[in-house]
Amino acid sequence: MSVTEQQKIAYVSAQAADARINFELETEGMTLSIGPQHPATHGTLRVLVRLDGEQVVWADPIPGYMHRGYEKLCEVRDYAQVTTLINRIDWLGSFANEVPFILAAEELMGIEAPPRAQYIRTVLFEMARIANLTLFLGDMGVQLGAITPVFYAFRDREYVLNLIEGATGGRFHPNFDRIGGLKDDLPKGWIDETKVVMRRIRRFCDEIDDLLVGNRIFENRCRGIGVIPRDIALEYGLSGANARASGIDFDIRRDEDSPLAWKHADWKVWTHPDGDSFARFWLRQQEVRESTKIVEQLLDGLPAGPIRAKTPARIRVPKGEVWMHTENPLGEMGYYVVSDGSPGGPFRCKIRTPSFSNVSIVPWLLRGVLVPDVITILASLYFILGDIDR
Amino acid sequence: MSSADDAPGLMVTEAPAETGAPEIGPPSPRHGEIVDALAAELGDGFLAHHYSAHDAWVRVAPTSWRQAGRICQEKLGLNYFCFIAGLDWQLAPDLGAEKRWDPDAEATEDPGDGPGNWSTGVAGGDTRFGVFARLYDVIRHVGLTLKTDAGDSAPRAESWVPLFRGADWHEREAWEMYGIEFDGHPGLRHLYLPGEFEGFPLRKDFPLLAREVKPWPGLVNVEGLPGEEGDEGEEAAES
Repeated sequence: MSVTEQQKIAYVSAQAADARINFELETEGMTLSIGPQHPATHGTLRVLVRLDGEQVVWADPIPGYMHRGYEKLCEVRDYAQVTTLINRIDWLGSFANEVPFILAAEELMGIEAPPRAQYIRTVLFEMARIANLTLFLGDMGVQLGAITPVFYAFRDREYVLNLIEGATGGRFHPNFDRIGGLKDDLPKGWIDETKVVMRRIRRFCDEIDDLLVGNRIFENRCRGIGVIPRDIALEYGLSGANARASGIDFDIRRDEDSPLAWKHADWKVWTHPDGDSFARFWLRQQEVRESTKIVEQLLDGLPAGPIRAKTPARIRVPKGEVWMHTENPLGEMGYYVVSDGSPGGPFRCKIRTPSFSNVSIVPWLLRGVLVPDVITILASLYFILGDIDR
Repeated sequence: MSSADDAPGLMVTEAPAETGAPEIGPPSPRHGEIVDALAAELGDGFLAHHYSAHDAWVRVAPTSWRQAGRICQEKLGLNYFCFIAGLDWQLAPDLGAEKRWDPDAEATEDPGDGPGNWSTGVAGGDTRFGVFARLYDVIRHVGLTLKTDAGDSAPRAESWVPLFRGADWHEREAWEMYGIEFDGHPGLRHLYLPGEFEGFPLRKDFPLLAREVKPWPGLVNVEGLPGEEGDEGEEAAES
């Protein structure tokens, strides 16, 4: 059936009428700069969004306000000095930043820390995760207008930070991990206190259940917002809870044969099929619960023995290249260390941080969402600026 | 093609491959399968490979860089994009004496930047700049580091953005830090640094201002602990 001339004319005039209406009602687009100082950005991330009415048509995150050049600085410091720097990458879970770097150096040197040191490392690693993620659980509420959870989060995180301080001497920047082991053993009474606090943290998770999960407003603002499909998550290199919320069953703690002690504990890797903001929030809540279980079990089974392997007085890492990654609070963190065998530091230290990849999805994810959802999505992706900018 | 010492060794292009050390096999059968499949698919584009106790490296020709990524993504299941980064093998002129390649060799006054003065890492390398990337299989839990040469004076490489959207930011960072041009990238612009910044900070010949103002004090003289034996302690006490 062919199209008659009259039908063509009718079609063209209808198109023209549509175009006229669109032209008359067209709103001027607006460019909105979110940040660099915005509470939703946990630091100084600037997100430039182009708006059409309430809808985002284009978004571009601009990192770099906190770029400190750690990869360059690592090249002019020796291995012991590097741990001081990399503590400041993800400042809410500092101890977890040290571990993969130390493991990389240990692998190159061919030494392994004694079992007790590995257990204590894992315990502190998980406590860094708890300190990091409890803040997220409270903060997610603040972003959506519920201010109460954050007070609970700060209160209970304080107990964890006190314990980290008790063991390492540093609340935020422990700098406790050494090549071949740890700086010190655990103080007396620390294990019992920790178990009490772990029960407290689990109660905090239950409180978050009461305060946020099941709350109509919270669920409506999170469910179905910022959905990341599995393929896209893999292409952007999303890791950690962001990947697991998209149904990717990927946790380096379980999947890789690490010298750390996760394999000695009984715990579960949660995944969620939805891939939306709520899934990411829910998943991190479960992760905190699992972490408390890991800590308790490892403290129960803490082996006796030395906390430091015999290492030379002067650390000299032999020639070689190594890639070492761990499952940090925010996702996969890894160091690609190239050592040239000189007595100084690494020849090249590529720092792969989880937030960098997690935020690189923002231009894709924000296209077409409404302005209030921008905040939900940024909050649920959960990044830390030091972790993007390094 | 690959050289292996008993420590995870580094192959220098001039050095002959026959070191007498036993060849390290693949750390897992899956690693071996991936490397063999890449060798079969790429043909001449596959230059070298290297195994360590836990990991595998493959170096491909610059013209096969994107193809190698595509084969890994589509056929070998390595579809999780971990990172892409640049590397400069030149010795830093200002740190040449402190951070030399061979700790037992005499410190050279001027390491120079002619060919042959930079070493090449595992799986070899022919040029000053290199690009390396990491891919991972989230189902079989196998990872692979891919490497390629990017050239000496005007480094270039094929972009991976058509394969992995996440490569966008990583390549922008490598371009900003090393000046490596990625062919096929939708828009190389500054990521961290201000737009008007000149120079490529992570290149070894880019001076670090803090070191210009105050030179590195060098290694702190650590004495061997009492009861500690071996060359390391002795050497530390002597120097």
